[in-house]
Amino acid sequence: MANNKVFHVMYDDDHTLLEAAKQLVSQGVHVKDVFSPFPVHGLDPIIGVKRTRLAITSFMYATTGTLLAIFGTWYFMIHDWPMNIGGKPSFSWIENAPAFVPVMFEFSVFCGAHGMAITYLLRNGTLPGMPASNPDPRTTDDKFVMEIVTEDNHGFSVSELEEKIRGTQVYELSIKDC
Amino acid sequence: MMKEAAIRKPLILGHKTYHDITNDVVGPIEGKAPRQWKIALGIAAIIALYGIGCIMYLVGTGIGAWGLNKTVGWSWDITNFVWWVGIGHAGTLISAVLLLFRQRWRMAINRSAEAMTIFAVIMAAIFPVFHMGRVWMAYWTLPLPNQFGSLWPNFNSALMWDVFAISTYFSVSLVFWYIGLIPDFATIRDRMVSPRAKKVYGILSFGWSGRAKHWTRFEEVSLVLAGIATPLVFSVHSIVSMDFATSVIPGWHATIFPPYFVSGAVFSGFAMVLTLLLIMRKTMRLENYIHMAHIEYMNIVIIVTGSIVGVAYLTELFISWYSGVEYESYAFINRFSGPYSWSYWMMMTCNVISPQLFWFKKIRTNLVATFILSIVVNIGMWFERFVIIVTSIHRDYTPGAWGEFHPSMIDIGMFIGTIGIFFTLFLLFARYFPVLALNELKTILKVSGESYKNDQHKH
Repeated sequence: MANNKVFHVMYDDDHTLLEAAKQLVSQGVHVKDVFSPFPVHGLDPIIGVKRTRLAITSFMYATTGTLLAIFGTWYFMIHDWPMNIGGKPSFSWIENAPAFVPVMFEFSVFCGAHGMAITYLLRNGTLPGMPASNPDPRTTDDKFVMEIVTEDNHGFSVSELEEKIRGTQVYELSIKDC
Repeated sequence: MMKEAAIRKPLILGHKTYHDITNDVVGPIEGKAPRQWKIALGIAAIIALYGIGCIMYLVGTGIGAWGLNKTVGWSWDITNFVWWVGIGHAGTLISAVLLLFRQRWRMAINRSAEAMTIFAVIMAAIFPVFHMGRVWMAYWTLPLPNQFGSLWPNFNSALMWDVFAISTYFSVSLVFWYIGLIPDFATIRDRMVSPRAKKVYGILSFGWSGRAKHWTRFEEVSLVLAGIATPLVFSVHSIVSMDFATSVIPGWHATIFPPYFVSGAVFSGFAMVLTLLLIMRKTMRLENYIHMAHIEYMNIVIIVTGSIVGVAYLTELFISWYSGVEYESYAFINRFSGPYSWSYWMMMTCNVISPQLFWFKKIRTNLVATFILSIVVNIGMWFERFVIIVTSIHRDYTPGAWGEFHPSMIDIGMFIGTIGIFFTLFLLFARYFPVLALNELKTILKVSGESYKNDQHKH
């Protein structure tokens, strides 16, 4: 559609932003995204951002790490080249296992932390050299911008939407074609 | 909205707005480098270069350039290693453990404490790595397939555990620190005028835009990383202590070592954080963010951990007698009355007696006293490691094998050099990085900011 519009509604306070989001959503407006300088608590349920599953991925990466460490210590110390070190059991992984606990723990943490961090960066699309996509440079300082697109709000005409937005404590409003 | 009890001191003083916080932290990065900073960096860099020179000499000549001998095979090198790792413990403790306990005062100090951690761990790594002698074979500590059979490193050894512990600690701390830095780099990127600075901070900020979903993920990642970094903090210094405790040397072979080392590490780490922050808050005018409340909280941590360390010293002493093992009791009698007794008493004074002065509110809220005592603690903690390492091994089982340790110029040069490298890195950090966690501070402004707090309680 040619006359798709994007509204960038700027607020100068997190509290006004929250109130505005509540008001607009209750009127049936769909808020596409919010750009803010810091995490605004309580915003996610209002605009319908689901809880992230990153913590689960971290658990899975860490479990993978534990399994790899178990396999590694078994392969290096028991299977491939068993060494007699101070009479410690070199013939059975389970009997030698207490000595491997530190490495198993460290390697689990290593995999859990790095796996999750890499997933986080990839899912966000935040990688070295990526261009910034915030509509206004002030959103990383002290301003909050709500992004509303007509495409998500077929129930309203552009002027109706603008009227609803003007009904909140707007600091600045920019309407662009998209 | 969250409210904070009126009795709690506000964490951000003055009548700040979100924009003021950005200005106060990013301002020093935008301005010209102050003269004192250049002088300090110059001095640190010269010391660092001297240290690098000593390292090069050591690599070229061999480990014999250190003052080690057949009896005292570990001395300043490992002392410095444990000292630096210990200092490196405060950063992750502040950012991870205090995050889990929801201590908001950490937000003013976590960024620089984490930077300190990372630099301190790099300094620590220098010593064991160069102690290997043929440093270009340092990768042999990793289990890589090789042409010797394949011959693998020994996973039964505490030294091998340490390789895993320190490298995991370093890389996880680095990731934790950087993930927190990304949104703040974005703030700097969006403020910078010069295209070059904009480009550099643009790359560093990974294109961060502050979308709602990204912030949700950011908070989740920070929380989970804090959750897994917390046992990591405790495990790392426990494993460092096992380098000693798993051996059968009287004075080292003690089950008390892991908790004793961990509390010692937190103790020295907080002392170093105080040393650095007291200078930083003054020179960068951050008195509204890092003020008396923060300093007092840190001093309280110092009393607690210092007292734990003191109890550990006394327990060790008691157990050496109570065990009935004559070698064990001799090791301790020798510690406080032998040729190195001066270092033992130095340790006792600096670590056990002087931090107790912080029980007096006048002293723990006095900046000069805090600064002096923080340096005293750092000296004391260096001596603690020296006492544990050298006095335990310098009298071998047979008197014919008794020896003493005298540091060579290279020993001294490398130690002083690492201090130089550390300060060079820290000064560069203070100049080009956001020294306070901007995005976190903004979240507490309305809860803990002075003007907001006063308003809340009027209603």
